[in-house]
Amino acid sequence: MNGGFSLARVFAMLGKEFIQMRRDRLTLGMLIGIPLMQLFLFGFAINMVPRHLATVVSISDPGPFSDSIVAALANSSYFDVVKATNSPQEARRMLADGSASFAVEIPANFSRDLVRGATPELLVEADATDPAAGSYALAAIPNLVSTGLRNDLKGPLASRAFAAPPVNVVVHQLYNPENITQYNIVPGLLGVILTMTMVMATSIALTRERERGTYENLLAMPTRPVEIMIGKITPNIFVGAFQSALILTVAKFVFHVPMIGSFGLLATTAMIYITALLAVGYTISTVAQNQMQAMQMTFFFFLPSIMLSGFIFPFHGMPQWAQWIGEVMPITHFLRIVRGILLKGDGFGEIWPDVWPMILFLFVAGTIAVRRFRRTLD
Amino acid sequence: MSTHQNAIDVRGLTKHFGKKTAVNNIDIAVPEGQVWGFLGPNGSGKTTTIRMLCGLLNADAGEGTCLGYDFRSQSEQIKRETGYMTQRFSFWEDLSIRENLDFVAEVYGLPRRRALVKQTLEKLGLESRQNQLAGELSGGWKQRLALAACTLHSPKLLLLDEPTAGVDPKARRDFWDEIHMLSGQGITVLVSTHYMDEAERCDRIVYISYGDIVARGTVSEIIAQSGLVTFTIAGDDARQLAGRLRGLPGVVFVAFFGAVLHVSGYDRTLLEKALAPYRADPGLTIGETTPSLEDVFIQLQEKTGGANV
Ligand SMILES: Nc1ncnc2c1ncn2[C@@H]1O[C@H](COP(=O)(O)OP(=O)(O)O)[C@@H](O)[C@H]1O
Ligand SMILES: [Mg+2]
Repeated sequence: MNGGFSLARVFAMLGKEFIQMRRDRLTLGMLIGIPLMQLFLFGFAINMVPRHLATVVSISDPGPFSDSIVAALANSSYFDVVKATNSPQEARRMLADGSASFAVEIPANFSRDLVRGATPELLVEADATDPAAGSYALAAIPNLVSTGLRNDLKGPLASRAFAAPPVNVVVHQLYNPENITQYNIVPGLLGVILTMTMVMATSIALTRERERGTYENLLAMPTRPVEIMIGKITPNIFVGAFQSALILTVAKFVFHVPMIGSFGLLATTAMIYITALLAVGYTISTVAQNQMQAMQMTFFFFLPSIMLSGFIFPFHGMPQWAQWIGEVMPITHFLRIVRGILLKGDGFGEIWPDVWPMILFLFVAGTIAVRRFRRTLD
Repeated sequence: MSTHQNAIDVRGLTKHFGKKTAVNNIDIAVPEGQVWGFLGPNGSGKTTTIRMLCGLLNADAGEGTCLGYDFRSQSEQIKRETGYMTQRFSFWEDLSIRENLDFVAEVYGLPRRRALVKQTLEKLGLESRQNQLAGELSGGWKQRLALAACTLHSPKLLLLDEPTAGVDPKARRDFWDEIHMLSGQGITVLVSTHYMDEAERCDRIVYISYGDIVARGTVSEIIAQSGLVTFTIAGDDARQLAGRLRGLPGVVFVAFFGAVLHVSGYDRTLLEKALAPYRADPGLTIGETTPSLEDVFIQLQEKTGGANV
């Protein structure tokens, strides 16, 4: 009876923790509120890649080429061609008074230069009061123009259709994120939100007991470190599962993220990921003397997690050392798993290379947490 | 169980915090079933000593037993049979009274838990308030709840750390009745306190100052050991006298007990000399008394106070 692990004591801890969690409305509200807030902020920020921007086209050189360019712009969802004019002055005026966000100018001799094999300039002026808003549309222009002109570049001009761009569009060149961005971001948010809330929730587990003076009482009783840890972590596993369900529901029904792969596989890996995060949080709580310290340490873990995981920067674009750190972080693997399962329909075989590092991480973090746990107040 | 005589029997107990010595080489031997008072000014090492006894702090040096178990290596066993009431209320304020008791009972694996908790609530008179959060209780009730919770598992040894601080006199009296009742059942109690009346209710007293035990024994032994001579001065003019007597040769300390001034020192002739000028004053009555425990403690505090800062 003395000494060993006791399931009864684990249940005692669990009962206590669930009651305390239920009573702590603020924290509980935050654990549900933060994910929703982040999801909608991030999700809609990405969703609001501005489309249907009012555009005026000034044509100093009417002809089939200009018609094609106008048609290409009008057909893309980025631009609404509100007016085609032959007066560049009018176009500029519309830009100035805000009735158009873009002015596209097809200069004189455009067709002649194009046919001769020169590379005429297509002048794009953008309302720069919100530079970010137009950047996606701007980035799309060269492609739209090339595609639009392809039909016109026939016969003797055919060689130009697929060669270097026939037209020099004077805008900044950005990579084109059309289509995939949102699908990538929302599943990524699952990993990021869990990292933040799960680590934060457990990082104060023991710290709060310490601050309130109840830690001494807990230590004076015959509770063992592992029992306390299980008692502290388990309620948060439920919270994490609930958060995941919430995020995936919103992802599916609000952001229409495709979900191709197995839900069971996703749920299982999410559990491993959540538990690994809780072990990190619990380790923090064995060290932190007060809740302020716990928060600081949480962010110390959180920042590299989102920066080096491939969530913000493309993983393989990072320097080697950053990739190594990224590989250690469970979020890096979880992001790959979630995207793999949701978007590509990956099965167990495909995700295993990213599953075992998470399990290893969980094991190491759990061991450190139990080791770090002090049975005395020293 | 072994046939040990002392519930607590430790020697050379020492604890450092950094460079500071909180507890310095102290010996305590408390026979089974007795109530011992643990006294000393704030920061003298009482809490630290109690924590070492129940395994909450590792001692830097010392050996011995609690309840027959080696206090350094068998703290798990000691914890099972010891009730420790912390200086600050340390039950869960966001759990109800009932939930706190329930948790304790479950952690100790006590049989017939529901009945036991119900019975305890009845005994406390808290049955009707069992669903109230512990944090909403007044100081006196918190202390009663804490005592009930830390005796729930029928410990053999009770370590009480300033259990009555900030509690009203009636509640203090009830609390001590409870302690004597427990002691009557054979439980050994070590209780730290600042109150003289509580000290006088103990079988033995240990007085600790800056980590050193400076006095121990029964109340009368401690008074006798002190070697103190105390004169009393009563009367309307006594108030003005305190300042004038302080610092005179032979006067160790001057303190009021109600309206009566106690003038204490070690050397009777010097004290007589200091008081001689006031003998003739018709407004003053000068007499001699046995030093009270408080006189002795004030003296101990003055004597050791500056030594170790
Ligand atoms: N955890 C600790 N870290 C550093 N110093 C401590 C710690 N606990 C107690 N002390 C110091 O040890 C001394 C004894 O403290 P304590 O045992 O609490 O005294 P008491 O209970 O008699 O008031 C004090 O000077 C206190 O500041
Ligand atoms: Mg103390």
